[in-house]
Amino acid sequence: MPAFSFNDTLVLAAIMFSVGLAGVLVRRNMVFMLMSLDIMLNAAALVFVAAGTRWHDAAGQVMFVLILALAAVETAVGLAIILRLHAHGRPTLDADTGNLPEG
Amino acid sequence: MATFLLPLLVLCPLAASLIIFISAGRMGARGAGTVACAGIGVAAVLSIIVSVILLSGPTGGGLQVTLWPWVHVAGFSADIAFMLDRISMIMILVVTIVGLLIHVYAAGYMRDDPGIARFFGCMTLFVAAMLVLVLSSDLLCLFIGWEGVGLCSYLLIGFWYDNPANTAAARKAFYVTRVGDVALLCGLLLLATATGSPRIGAVLAAVTNGQVSASGISMAAFFILMGALAKSAQVPFQAWLPDAMAGPTPTSALIHAATMVTAGVYLIARLHDLFVMAAPVMALTAVLGTLTLLMGACAALVQSDLKRILAWSTISQVGYMFLALGCGVWQAALFHLMTHAFFKALLFLAAGAVIMRARHEQDIFRLGGLRHAMPGLTVAFVIGASALAGLPLVTAGFYSKEMILSGVWHVRFGLTRDWTVTGHPLWAMALLGAFLTALYIFRCVFIVFFGKAGTVAAGRTSRLMTIPLGCLCVLSLCGGVIEMPDTLPSLHLFSALLDPATPLSHADEPVWLVLAGAVVPLAGLALAWMLWGRPSSVMRGARTAGGPDGRHDVLSRWQDIPDRAGAAAGGLVRAASARVFAVRAGFLDMLARWSGRIGRWGARMLERLHNGRMRWYAAWIAGGLCMALAVAVLS
Repeated sequence: MPAFSFNDTLVLAAIMFSVGLAGVLVRRNMVFMLMSLDIMLNAAALVFVAAGTRWHDAAGQVMFVLILALAAVETAVGLAIILRLHAHGRPTLDADTGNLPEG
Repeated sequence: MATFLLPLLVLCPLAASLIIFISAGRMGARGAGTVACAGIGVAAVLSIIVSVILLSGPTGGGLQVTLWPWVHVAGFSADIAFMLDRISMIMILVVTIVGLLIHVYAAGYMRDDPGIARFFGCMTLFVAAMLVLVLSSDLLCLFIGWEGVGLCSYLLIGFWYDNPANTAAARKAFYVTRVGDVALLCGLLLLATATGSPRIGAVLAAVTNGQVSASGISMAAFFILMGALAKSAQVPFQAWLPDAMAGPTPTSALIHAATMVTAGVYLIARLHDLFVMAAPVMALTAVLGTLTLLMGACAALVQSDLKRILAWSTISQVGYMFLALGCGVWQAALFHLMTHAFFKALLFLAAGAVIMRARHEQDIFRLGGLRHAMPGLTVAFVIGASALAGLPLVTAGFYSKEMILSGVWHVRFGLTRDWTVTGHPLWAMALLGAFLTALYIFRCVFIVFFGKAGTVAAGRTSRLMTIPLGCLCVLSLCGGVIEMPDTLPSLHLFSALLDPATPLSHADEPVWLVLAGAVVPLAGLALAWMLWGRPSSVMRGARTAGGPDGRHDVLSRWQDIPDRAGAAAGGLVRAASARVFAVRAGFLDMLARWSGRIGRWGARMLERLHNGRMRWYAAWIAGGLCMALAVAVLS
């Protein structure tokens, strides 16, 4: 007997996804944007796990592991970009200042 | 035994390229040149060996080898597979042998360039990509080579990347050919889905069996034609080739003679069974080829840059090949492709040597009188020029152009069931093109090598550069005697080689057809001599007096003929045309103003969309997702 029903899990995932999306859209700090992206990815992963439990298929959990690896890679690349920008003399985390092409 | 030689043939240039790239410039000029020439040289030897094996085998057969399966899903499968038949045999011989001569020349030409390793890496990769294109027996595999050729041309045109003009020319070539690549991919996928297999043999068999609807064939042929036109710089897409002169001269020779621009001709010749079924597309090919050959010749007539003259002449000559393809005489197109590879490589390499010794002066009006300073190069260039012009009997260009002209004369386009058009107008225009060809190339010869001395020549041409020039001279002179018109000693080695089953029939060919093809280049040569060659020629005197080319002076003399009746009629016509012009100009103005306004408005909208802010992009993505979900749920 699962603690949550399938529908409850879907609602939870939708709420998590919306929270993440809202975070990406309204936060200007790039670190917080990365965290919000991870929340969105986790919401998607939660749907996979829930579906895997619902239909008794291990593929859902396999997809979860893949998404976990993807999220780690995405965070690493994002943080590396932020560090490079910092090293190139842009000491701000504001995402809205990077819109002009510079050399 | 022979089948493993085919992948080896591609592997040799590829391995040379990889070695040069991986050494990353540590190899030195001599080492890089040696490795590149060795790679292409082994490929040339291998291609001769496989050609001999193919010819000694049964006629009509070919060598097949499947390297590995690429995509295998239900209903669709593609392999990496090579095939050698008689069409691709001609191509690999031309590509490797002319490519080898160009590489040997380049080893001398680029000796002092700091980026020589990068140069040779790209050149060998270029040859490898072209060999993949030519040898592949699978349309998707062919597309790999097609894209590889485009990439290498981009890298080589922008080779001297510190000049922004060169990188702009490289980008232009890439974009223009990219448009054609998209069309080609559409055509290939249409064919592959309609016939269920991307394998060329299977596709052609399905098309000739009538498994594909007529409209499907026409669509596929049209898209493939667009791709070929873009790659071969034909009329709607001709703009990239003259700018491609920004690259080093051996690159230009390779692009024009052996690899890039001939790819489109090869593709259509390879798929000629498909094009035969689509008569309107064939007629379109012929008309576009004719337009291109006239346009290229006219443009070459007024250029003052030595390399640009040659570039436009390539466009014009490839136009001849497309005309032949459109008329169904693909054997003639391949024959002209071969002879064109010889004499165009010769012209470019000789021009490169001339430019190098004249201290990088490319303006033909500042060069001049070079025949005393460099007699050997003069002979080489004149041989190339006479082959290009097709001077009768002694040059290769004459025989191949003659084959195209007689093919065009005999053709009848069956556009619909009961409406056929003869090819005689196209023949007349092609003949006019031959006249213009002789005119513009001998204009160039007379201005550069004869007359008053211009710049001072310096240095000597190195041995590495003269040997390829000598070989190409011999090929440009004697490469054409393997195929002769019937009125001369009837000899059809080339067409018998390509297609032993169905030889071309020249049975009812009138004698004056050959005679016209022989006289017209001579007339062009004579006119060029009168205009630019004589010591007191018309154009030399006029050039100093008149406009940039002297043409204004000659024309203005014709215009002031007094004629009262003419003046009165002219007044009436002028008044009427002024009225018409005002109405038309008003309409056009309105059209232009509105299109400008709409364009500006649209641009402002798009600009607001692309403001470079990441969060806005995320918002657009989320909004689009919501819209798509809403549509999916509500409908």
